[in-house]
Amino acid sequence: MARASEQLPGDRSILAAEGVSKRFGALRVLEQVDFAVAAGEAVGIVGPNGAGKTTLLNVLAGAYAASAGTVRFRGANVTSSGAAERCRLGLARSHQVPRPFGGMTVFENTLVAASAGGGLRGATACERALDSLELCGMLRLANRRAESLGLLDRKRLELARALATGPTVLLLDEIGGGLTDAEADELVGAILGLRERGIALVWIEHLVHVLVRVVTRLVCMDAGRIIADGAPEAVMADAAVIDAYLGQGVA
Amino acid sequence: MSARAALAIRRWTPLSVAAVGTLAALAAALAFGPLFLDANALDRLTTLFIYVLLATMWNALAGYGGLVSVGQQAFFGIGAYAAIRLSSFGVGVYPALLLGGACAAALAYALSGFALRLRGGEFAIGMWVLAELLHLLVNLDRLIQGETGTSLIALNAFSPEHRRDYNYWLALASMGALVALVFALLRGRLGASVQAIRDNEEAAASLGVRVLATKRILFVVAGAGCGLAGTLYLATSISFQPATYFGVQWTAYMIFMALVGGLGTFEGPILGAIVFFLMESFFGATGIWYLVGLGATAVAFALYLPRGLWGTLEERFGLKLLPVGYRVAGAEGDGPARGRT
Ligand SMILES: Nc1ncnc2c1ncn2[C@@H]1O[C@H](COP(=O)(O)OP(=O)(O)OP(=O)(O)O)[C@@H](O)[C@H]1O
Ligand SMILES: [Mg+2]
Repeated sequence: MARASEQLPGDRSILAAEGVSKRFGALRVLEQVDFAVAAGEAVGIVGPNGAGKTTLLNVLAGAYAASAGTVRFRGANVTSSGAAERCRLGLARSHQVPRPFGGMTVFENTLVAASAGGGLRGATACERALDSLELCGMLRLANRRAESLGLLDRKRLELARALATGPTVLLLDEIGGGLTDAEADELVGAILGLRERGIALVWIEHLVHVLVRVVTRLVCMDAGRIIADGAPEAVMADAAVIDAYLGQGVA
Repeated sequence: MSARAALAIRRWTPLSVAAVGTLAALAAALAFGPLFLDANALDRLTTLFIYVLLATMWNALAGYGGLVSVGQQAFFGIGAYAAIRLSSFGVGVYPALLLGGACAAALAYALSGFALRLRGGEFAIGMWVLAELLHLLVNLDRLIQGETGTSLIALNAFSPEHRRDYNYWLALASMGALVALVFALLRGRLGASVQAIRDNEEAAASLGVRVLATKRILFVVAGAGCGLAGTLYLATSISFQPATYFGVQWTAYMIFMALVGGLGTFEGPILGAIVFFLMESFFGATGIWYLVGLGATAVAFALYLPRGLWGTLEERFGLKLLPVGYRVAGAEGDGPARGRT
């Protein structure tokens, strides 16, 4: 099995997990995971339910402290820094189960991100907030209270908010589920636009056919470990991946 | 792109500019109150100002910050106690009253590291426990003579007429300054951040909000406001019994005013304070029935008008006199109404 971390010297990676483990009590959810992303790269993560994908993202973003191992971001060891600090350094994430600020408007949701995460003030922050809403096709809903949004719009808002922080690396967790083909096309278009801006992406998604339109590298996780990492076609053809993941529905 | 270019951010409306102007004019006129109001009116208004201050503080904490505290009487009591202590050390009595508010703010800062790590119900009850602890500690001070209490005797250096005027001005200035401060803070970066924390603390952190530091600012300001309210109450009553000042009824009143007026709206709790003040003025002498009435009113609001008086008006008619939020002019629903489905 070719490991991308071997092809990718540590100094080229902008975000890296080194030997990261995560336990919840006796439950071992991540086991010695090594994972690195290069600047501007787009990596997809797939794997069966409960494989530890979201947990890895939480450890990368600082929502969970790693039980063991190191997280590096932009050359600094950020293992002990919190989520807010990592965000201000340029690491943004969306949540698999959307977490809108329900009592605030859609615009205010993105404004918080632009000012707290992006460090912007006044009119500049407002511009950034509007830009990210536009990119996610949410301008129309700017004055809506976020608690009144449906699931799809909540997911769009997750993306818009993360973008408003002005990230260099964006961690996305299942933002494509439940989309129609046309909506998926729109999402892929928006995300390709982010790639053009040089934003690196880590995208967890069960919709592999959508994922491969964007990512150039695919990682498959199972039972807290990375079982394959490489070019999408190679990973999809990997026997271990077919066995652990694709076999469930595809075979 | 064209849709985007047509959008503008709107925060003030002609109505809200007029409202703020009217309020400023009203405050300025009230500053001359001692020239044209009788003694009873001055006393009653001083009480009203204290209620508006308390309601605004509790609303800032709970309505905007999601910090539902059942222990704000801790600051009310400590403010008054600190004023008495400072006065006993020879500090002038009115400076001591103001410094009492500062001491309450300092206490809030000292407690924040512990208290603000608690969440939800734990925070609410934790604050109550802290208030009870502080009550016990204050009782240990010989000066206070246990539950017998003591008096701010230095106030007797002023004639009752002068004292009434000074208390009135102090209450008006404290209320004006703190309500304006909270308004400015909520309109600024802090306002959006505390609301984000209220709605989802993890998400706020994931977007770069410094959760503890942000909550702390709100907590300290609310501590200062409740502390000042306590010193103002002391200035009007002169006597200090720990059980009165550290009584949970103060927080119950704050909750009542905020809920009846409309939690999480800036205008609501001010209106709630006026309602509470009127109920007290008319029914306060009826003792137990007054308390029953307060309880029944609170329950009725919780059941039939959960958004409170102002929250309901705001929802129905899009009234916003003191807006702390943002409207995107040109986007759907940029009219007055809140975009609810
Ligand atoms: N906070 C937590 N406390 C305890 N167990 C947890 C916690 N978060 C995740 N787990 C457990 O860790 C395992 C991995 O969960 P995780 O959410 O990372 O999976 P996933 O790969 O994202 O799955 P899915 O595709 O369903 O989203 C699961 O068994 C889950 O129950
Ligand atoms: Mg997941």
